[in-house]
Parts: sequence; structure tokens; C-alpha cells
Amino acid sequence: MATTEALTESQRRGALTHPDVEEYSDVNRDVLAMLSAPGRGWWVLFGLATLGVVLFFGSWFWQIYRGIGVSGLTSPVGWGVYITTFVFWVGIAHSGTLISAILFLFRAPWRQSVYRAAEAMTVFAVMTAGVFPLIHVGRVWHAYWLIPYPNQRFLWPNFRSPLVWDVFAVTTYFTVSAVFFYLGLIPDIAGARDQSTGLRRKLYSFLSMGWQGTDRQWHHFGKAYIFLAALATPLVLSVHSVVSWDFAVSIVPGWHATVFAPYFVAGAIFSGVAMVITLAVPIRKIFKLEAYLTTKHFDALSKLIMLTSLIVFYAYLTEFFMAWYSGEPPEKQMFWNRLFGHYWWATWIMLVCNGFVPMMLWFKRVRHSIPALFAISIFINIGMWFERYVIIVTSLSHEYEPFAWGVYRPSLTEMGIMIGSFGWFSFWFLLFIRLLPPVAIAELKEVVPAPMRRKKSVGAPSGAEA
Amino acid sequence: MSSSSGILASFDYLDDTVEAIEELRSSGFRSDMRAYAPFPEHHIEHAMGYDQSPVRVWTLVGGLTGTATGFAFTSWTSMDWPLVTGGKPILSIPAYVVIAFELTVLFGALSTVLGLFIMSRLPGFKPSVVYDPEFSSGRFGVFVGADGKRLDEARSILQKYQPVELREGAHV
Repeated sequence: MATTEALTESQRRGALTHPDVEEYSDVNRDVLAMLSAPGRGWWVLFGLATLGVVLFFGSWFWQIYRGIGVSGLTSPVGWGVYITTFVFWVGIAHSGTLISAILFLFRAPWRQSVYRAAEAMTVFAVMTAGVFPLIHVGRVWHAYWLIPYPNQRFLWPNFRSPLVWDVFAVTTYFTVSAVFFYLGLIPDIAGARDQSTGLRRKLYSFLSMGWQGTDRQWHHFGKAYIFLAALATPLVLSVHSVVSWDFAVSIVPGWHATVFAPYFVAGAIFSGVAMVITLAVPIRKIFKLEAYLTTKHFDALSKLIMLTSLIVFYAYLTEFFMAWYSGEPPEKQMFWNRLFGHYWWATWIMLVCNGFVPMMLWFKRVRHSIPALFAISIFINIGMWFERYVIIVTSLSHEYEPFAWGVYRPSLTEMGIMIGSFGWFSFWFLLFIRLLPPVAIAELKEVVPAPMRRKKSVGAPSGAEA
Repeated sequence: MSSSSGILASFDYLDDTVEAIEELRSSGFRSDMRAYAPFPEHHIEHAMGYDQSPVRVWTLVGGLTGTATGFAFTSWTSMDWPLVTGGKPILSIPAYVVIAFELTVLFGALSTVLGLFIMSRLPGFKPSVVYDPEFSSGRFGVFVGADGKRLDEARSILQKYQPVELREGAHV
């Protein structure tokens, strides 16, 4: 198959060829096969996810019925598991945009197999995150007050407040990532449409909007895709920066730090890439995608994890150093309290899971072992949830005045909602991998050598590459 | 293209497709020609003679509208009910940069998609007869809208490049 002359542009740039895939139609065959009858594994996971959804809404309805008092939130800790989990899910979302948009702009061809799933993860993670402020406000029927609209009270949101920035950042992020995700799907849904029958064909015909892959469509599609990627790139950096300013713009010890924005962005990508691995390993197994998700993909993801882990750990050290160097007693006691106070165990879980465990990835043998990677990714997921818990809870429980210190214990309702949110996320993700092409069909074809009658590259080499 | 009367050729090979397009274009077939590909194949785009896509103008205009809206809206609402919070000025421009930035991205992205849909004539829910399901899988296609002598000319060019299939007639 691949003669050196027939190499595509992306192959010359180091794209991976898939040994089992020789023709364009093979890609359709393999990817669309994932949409046919699901195996037992899928149903088991879907059943668990549905239970999670029941737990999620059951706990939330309990809180709505009884009031916010069923949560452990009280003075001084007014932000607890809900905001922790909100930040966690927003963070998870970020690596999806990193892989789909930023690596697209950098022309990293290994992203092609994973980016669709990562993008879906982004959309569903923001969808999950977006529910948490609504849960957290308690009286959810007043949540629309967050939106600026002309009302009879002549009240507008305070645009100087980072919490209002966050409303704009998260809704923009959800809208843009959903649009970006759907746009990339259109040609692949058209492929699914052309090979399906019955109800599915009707659904795909509607969703693909009459896409035919004409020269005109591809031409504008390519440009629109680049521009959306270019818009999504600064957006993803801004969203977690704004989330970090929810904390950093206040004067709570442990929050009021300029390092917060880059620290949060790196942490978000760190946790998100770990989540990509957590999701990719079972998908690869269930759908037998070994030809598309090779150890090279996992190797590249591992290196991203190592890089962001080092940045995050550096940020931890910076925080501790600055607390000491500032000479501020509240700041100093805060960080001492983090390491050795009431929540010492949470801090140490955070340090071990995010700082030390990922360092095993320096070894190639670990990077190339799928079970090891899966285990490490679970550690990172746990560690990153605890990172947000540590930042939020330890700071609020130990502010300036010792008589106002307190201890926060999450209630069962809060834990139910937190655990249920994983079900809510998985529910959508599992539906996605069964209903829409979970691997980008059209983009993978750019890596497959083009079929040539005369075994040479076509067209004028100059200009054609552009 | 006004009617779907013409000839549709399917190709297995990329070089055949590109060369057929080039020869058709040099014989004067231009806007009455359409190519199909399973993925964005830039050789075909190049052969079809595409220049810059006007989608970029949509992105720029949308983005700038977003920036303007972001600053205008935050400033107007602050002036509408002047209330000092945190000892900050009524018009706290640095704080509004965040809102303006988010709206730049939001409006820019939505207007890009709108531009794409208008430019590439999507959505097209009326099923087009000039299509082959293989085009989304592995084959390339070239459609030439013509009749009479021009149709014969197009057919003889297309046949030279050994298409897998040739369909023609009023409904192809």
C-alpha cells in the first residue's frame, strides 16, 4: 500500500498509519460497525449510568423538597462539594477542546482517532458542570436571575463580579463546543446515513442536513473549521481562567493568588487528558479499536499528562512558597493547615495523585501498558477532584478570625449528587458512542494513503499543499 | 446549477478524478461542474480553482460585533442603574473585558457557522438525486451539468479516465 510517493501531507508530518486500514471504505466499515448492535458490556455500563442518573436527580429533588439545609453547607464553608464538582467537570471538559482545537491548529495528526470522543467528553462534561451552579443556588427556580434580561425591577447583574463572568464563560463554552462538535460530525453522520436504513436513516438524514461532500461544501467547511478551532483555543484558556477568578478575585487566604489562572488551566488539561484515557481504554476494548487507538496515541496522551502534572505540581510548590515568603500570618497558617490540619488527608491525596503517581510515566514501559495507564488515570481523576476540594474547603474553613473557623462535612445528599453526576455524564457519553460516529471518519481518511492508479502523487506540488 | 440534467461519473482513484477535473475545466466546464469527495481532499479543491473562502469575513464581522456588544451592554447596564460596588468606578472597563471577550468568541463562532451554512447551501433537506452513497465512503465523483453536444464532450472526457460508473439523463 503506502509507497513513499503516495504519502499524504499528514503522514509526512508523522501521522500514524493504521496497518489494518487500507481503503477509505474500511474506515466507514470499522467506525460504523460501532453503531450496530451493542454488546453486553455496553448494556451493563448503560444500566449503571442510568442508576447514576436516578441517584443524581433523586438527591437533587430531595434537596429541592427539603431545602438547601440537607447539604452540609453552612457558615463558614458555603462552597462545598457542589462547587468542587462544578470545577472538576469544567476542568474535564478542557482537554477535549485542547485535543480537538489546539492540536488541530498545531497539526498534530495523532489527535485524529481520539478527538471526536474527546470533544463529546467536552460537551457532556460542560453539560454536567452547568447543572451544579443550579444545584448550588438552592432555590433553582430563581436561577434565571443569572441571565441579564430587562425586568420590572430594573436590575442588571453586577458585571464586575467574577461569578457573572463565569455565567458568560461557561454558557459560551458550552455553546461553542457543542457547535464545533456538531459541525465536525456532519460529514460523518452523512456517511452513517448512506449506510443505514429505517428509523436511523431518517435520524441521520435530518442530522446531516443534506451533506453531500461536494467541493463547495468541503471548501467552506475546511475554512469554518479552522476559524472555529482558532476561536475555541483562546476560549478554553479563558474559561478556566475565569473559573479560577471566582476564587482569586476574592480575598480569602489560599485563593487570592495571581498564579491561579495558569494553575487552573494546567490542572484542567491534566485532569481532562486523564479522563480521555479513562474513557478511551474501555471503548477501545469494547469496540475492538486497536487499529485506531494504538499505544502511540496513549504514549502521546501520557506525555501531555506528564507535562501538565509538572506544571500543576510546580503551582502547588509556588503556593506554599508564596505563603511563607509573603509573611502574612493568615496565609501562612492556611497552608500549614492544609498540610497538617483537619483536611490533611485530602491534601496528601491531592499531592500524591497529581504530583507523584504521574511521574511513573517517565518510564516507557508504563506509558505502553494500557492497564497501568488506566490505573494512573483513575488516580489523577481522584486527585484532581480532591485538589478542588482542598482549595475550596480548607480555605473557607480557616479564614482570618479563629473564632470563625469551622469544619465542613459533606452530607449524603451532596455525595449522592456528586456520584450521580458521573452517571449523568456517562449516560450521555454512552448514548453518543452508540448513536453518532465516535471516531472521525472523514479526518481519518486523510491519513489513509490516497488510491492512485499511477502510484504517484497528483497535481502540481506547489500550492496544492497549502 | 439550474437543472440536474447532466452526467455523473464515479472514480476509485484520486489521480483520475483530479486529472478529469483539470481537463474538463480546460474545456470550458466551470460553474456547471461539481466534485464529490469522502473527505476534504485539497488536490480536488485546487483543481476546482478555489480561492479564499468568504467564511472568514463572517468570522471577523461576527467577532467584532461580539466585542462591541460586550462593551456596550455592560457599560449601558451599569449606567442604567448606577450603583457603586466595592468602591469601583461605575464604568469598570477592565472587568468588562471578560464579558467582551466571551461575546467575541460566541458571536464569532455562531456567525462562522451561519456563514458556512449560507455559503455551502446547507441545510438542504430536499434529497438531491445527483448523489451516490459511495461518495461518503470511498469514491470520488464528478458531475457535469450539460446537454446536447456539450454532454457528449463531457462524456468523452470522463470516459478517458476510466470511471467505475457513468450515469446520465434528466435525473442522472
